[in-house]
Amino acid sequence: MLTGLKTFSRRTILKQGKAAIAGVLSCRVLPPGPVFAAGGVLPVRQVADGIFAFAGTDALMTDANRGEICNVGFVIGGDGVAVIDSGGSVAEGRALIAAIRAVTDKPIAYLINTHMHPDHCFGNAAFEGTGAVLVGHHNLPRALASRGEFYLSSYRESMGEALMREIRIIPPTKLINDEENLDLGGRIIRLKAWKPAHTDNDLTVLDEKTGVLFTGDLCFIRHLPTLDGSLTGWIAQLEALKAIRAKIAVPGHGPVPAKWPDALEDERRYFEVLTHDIRQAIAAGVPLAMAIRTAAESERGNWHLFDAYNVRNATAAYAELEWE
Amino acid sequence: MNAQPQRTRSMRHRISLVVLTALLGAFPLLPVHAEQTSVPENAVWSSLKSDVFGDRVIEAANGVIRIEAPKRAEDAAIVPVDLHFNSEKAGRIKAVTLIVDENPSPVAAVFKFGPDAGVTHLATRLRVNAYSYVRAIAETEDGKLHMVQAFVKASGGCSAPAMKNQDEAMASLGKMKLRVFPPKAPGAEAMNRATEMQLMIRHPNNSGLQMDQLTRYYIPAHFIQGLTISQGDRLIMTMEGGISISEDPNFRFEFHSNPGEDIKVEASDTEGMKFENQWPLASSAL
Ligand SMILES: [Zn+2]
Repeated sequence: MLTGLKTFSRRTILKQGKAAIAGVLSCRVLPPGPVFAAGGVLPVRQVADGIFAFAGTDALMTDANRGEICNVGFVIGGDGVAVIDSGGSVAEGRALIAAIRAVTDKPIAYLINTHMHPDHCFGNAAFEGTGAVLVGHHNLPRALASRGEFYLSSYRESMGEALMREIRIIPPTKLINDEENLDLGGRIIRLKAWKPAHTDNDLTVLDEKTGVLFTGDLCFIRHLPTLDGSLTGWIAQLEALKAIRAKIAVPGHGPVPAKWPDALEDERRYFEVLTHDIRQAIAAGVPLAMAIRTAAESERGNWHLFDAYNVRNATAAYAELEWE
Repeated sequence: MNAQPQRTRSMRHRISLVVLTALLGAFPLLPVHAEQTSVPENAVWSSLKSDVFGDRVIEAANGVIRIEAPKRAEDAAIVPVDLHFNSEKAGRIKAVTLIVDENPSPVAAVFKFGPDAGVTHLATRLRVNAYSYVRAIAETEDGKLHMVQAFVKASGGCSAPAMKNQDEAMASLGKMKLRVFPPKAPGAEAMNRATEMQLMIRHPNNSGLQMDQLTRYYIPAHFIQGLTISQGDRLIMTMEGGISISEDPNFRFEFHSNPGEDIKVEASDTEGMKFENQWPLASSAL
């Protein structure tokens, strides 16, 4: 019943969106908001000239939201399109392709995975047959090799058989070792592979022409950051992130677009509190099982999904920081 | 001289086979179990039980051993588990077997304690792949087995029982750290007090579930399989480990210490590597 209702309201929203476009807008951009693409077209918005992004919802991946929980987008060049992340399901990936086709006929040259997490790359299979070259951090194939099977089984419960059936783990073939430019035809995007931070395979994408930065999950806003790499590594690279000369960012999670580098402020503060609390517990001899119950509790009110991820972050932080 | 490496190799081979066989069997079951919030004494345990303990009788723990584990594995790669032992109930505990029913390699570790080690508490960290019972089976000196268990729900979201920072783990392979915590009762008898200690070993304790992209074969598991902790010439405990112990194996325990005698640790892994370390107890304080 509940699912049916949600589907209905999503369809309604989408229809209203289409009506609004037909009536008011000349460019084909859907209005922002927590809108799921129940039908065929992911509701992207234009964030700069030739750059579009979809804002995912702050939630866990479920069959109801089709895994559409992270921000994805694309950059249109003179010769082709670069897609940044494929989304949390093949259904979302297809809806993203439909959104691309709604604004350009240029071929999809690259699909860039910003990192290993399922919400960013479960949609990869949708791009097979488009001719897109799959691009990722040099550590991404290894990370997917050790987690892929687990992801496919662990998401079955929340995502459901219908969505999971067509999801496949597809590793990148073009690997980024440090920094590399991709030429989309009169438009250069700069890819940078980072040291372990959110994961050990984080990649950012900067459009030089407009100063739009796709941060992947190196930047979380409003949605509690999740730690699956190195907390100290993430903190240490915040300055280098901040120094990227971008105007606006499409964060991995949170509002699209966001002001750069202000977008990093919230997570910087959270990391500071988490690190402080865990270091203090370790120094006092408080065991892991106890320390993780209270660490960063003062940050609770500042984030969505705090209960879903904070204890996990604290656990990972403790295991990392006790080696200092 | 030649016998040792050969034995190490055949051991590794055997363990890899066990991992693989269990993997093929365990993964397809996962979604079924994931939908149940509580599992009764089940077929998985029945079959494990006879594999590990044969037809020996296993009694309920009745306070001989206690287990503390989180209801939910927030980080699937690091699930803290605490074991408390009460030797007054049924005599000295000789050994404890730690099992995660639903993991590809369920027997996480077998700990054996020295005759006068006086270990009363042992905490470690486990990988928990799926909704699973975590069990501890204690063997007392009379040969009886006492079991206690906790049900742990698998973590949600993208938390996987895999290494977060693989290069870092390999770069500092075998590095050890020992911490000694001050006694809980400040006025405790100095000559005969329980000392709390934490041993950390840098090791990927690799699950071997990584598939080589080119060959499509699973890369062999690489983990700490043997560990001996002693003080002076006195054995505190040994561990035979498996891949269900988290990366960077970590053991925090309370035992009867002899002040002034060195703590000695020897570990060996499935690649035949040996790691040794020694600390004077007095100077390695908190
Ligand atoms: Zn992520």
